[in-house]
Amino acid sequence: MSTEGATVALNNLSYFYAGNGSRVEALRNITFSAEKGDICAIIGPSASGKSTLLYIMAGLLPFESGGVLINGRQPSPGQRTTSLILQNYGLLPWKTIWENVILGLVIRRIAKEDIRVEGERVLKEMGLAGLAGRYPAELSGGQQQRVAIARSLATEPELLLMDEPFSSLDALTREAMQEVLQTILRARGLTVMLVTHSIEEAAFLGRRIILLSGHPGAVYRIFENPRAGSPDYRKSEDFFHLCTQLRGAMESVHSDARLS
Amino acid sequence: MKIKKLLLQIFSLLILFACWQFLAVMLDSPALPVPGKAFFVFFEQIPAGLWKHFLISGWRVMASILISLLVGIPLGLWLGREDKYDRFFSPLLYLLYPIPKIVFLPLIMVLFGLGDFSKIFLITLVVFFQILVTTRDAARNVSQAMILSVVSLGAKRRDLYRHVVWPAIIPDVFTALRIGSGTAIAVLFFAESIASSEGLGYYLMDAWSRYAYPEMFAGIIAMGFLGYSLYMGIDFLDSKICRWKRL
Repeated sequence: MSTEGATVALNNLSYFYAGNGSRVEALRNITFSAEKGDICAIIGPSASGKSTLLYIMAGLLPFESGGVLINGRQPSPGQRTTSLILQNYGLLPWKTIWENVILGLVIRRIAKEDIRVEGERVLKEMGLAGLAGRYPAELSGGQQQRVAIARSLATEPELLLMDEPFSSLDALTREAMQEVLQTILRARGLTVMLVTHSIEEAAFLGRRIILLSGHPGAVYRIFENPRAGSPDYRKSEDFFHLCTQLRGAMESVHSDARLS
Repeated sequence: MKIKKLLLQIFSLLILFACWQFLAVMLDSPALPVPGKAFFVFFEQIPAGLWKHFLISGWRVMASILISLLVGIPLGLWLGREDKYDRFFSPLLYLLYPIPKIVFLPLIMVLFGLGDFSKIFLITLVVFFQILVTTRDAARNVSQAMILSVVSLGAKRRDLYRHVVWPAIIPDVFTALRIGSGTAIAVLFFAESIASSEGLGYYLMDAWSRYAYPEMFAGIIAMGFLGYSLYMGIDFLDSKICRWKRL
């Protein structure tokens, strides 16, 4: 099991995409870094390039300007250190839970016995042991999210990239999943980049919260949150204070965007 | 559930026979015998040679469907996932797809003779395009999020086809097969009814030319049975392979 996270360094990253015959700037001069074991929550208005940023870190989108280093190396798709979890879980409906969980290991041509051992261990860790033979459609949203996390953990990543992972869950399941994630991250020491629309989620999970401004996405402000994920933090005054601060900053971003 | 489905099918058949009976009695024409008479002759004709025509027609349709699948699916997958080739071949496809392939029958007969090959070729030509277009569209519409999530696990092109694109298109291929099998039998009838000496199309037209209407209906029943068997076979495979779709 991997016990160390990855270091992440973004330096003046800009990203353009082609739209209507011209180049559209999606991200502008993004600079921030994360140490091993950091949990960074990335928030911002719609179309601020939050998901684009994750795809770049996953090596799925090539960038032209600036630099991105994961453990000192440029990202590339399928690198052993990084795993991506998407909003709609990205599970394959035609594969059973077991087949979904071990997919990354099968793709990486790991020996069958090792796949069995790792698959069983991760299923147990995520509380899915009894569901291995079922299909995703037979599971609740929370259970599907657990499968998506299990699939990522099976590949023993050092950096976990999560794109609004809990957005389709109800409020209580969402909070329960945040606790589950927190426990796993603490045990494994992973570095996490979490894109979310939820201020409460960012405040609870993110030890560092990166607020992006609107189109093009740029770092508006970075909040440090050392108490993130600690027991009873959700009910503390600090938590409410941070949420209020984040909400205020978000409103400023929105009003700046309206003025421009 | 299975019993309910069976009962519904029996009920549908009874309604069909009731309508048939009603029409036959109302028209009172030798060209439309009552179902009882038609089925009596059907069972009488099976050992008398109808079975041979049924098997020959069945073989022609099955061979055509198999060839269409073997060629249409890989080609559809390739065009659906490789934009630059699709851009090149799409205009050709749009031009060829709407042409009723049946018009090529005389040409096919001149080029390939009157045997099995020309008939299988014509049916294949029709079914192939249905499989090709459906597969291409299904492959093109595979969820990008699903592709990204699997690429992020380290999937190469081959893994993507194996784990994502291929399983994603199977339900659409089954739908195309259902539609294609009906068309295939219609084309089969046409191909066998011209310059042929075996097959259900020939049997039917031969009976018609001799005014042997009950025999003609025996041929129609056999053709219906062939279509029904194909449809049920496709349904069975679909239920086994795409079990996840029924959850």
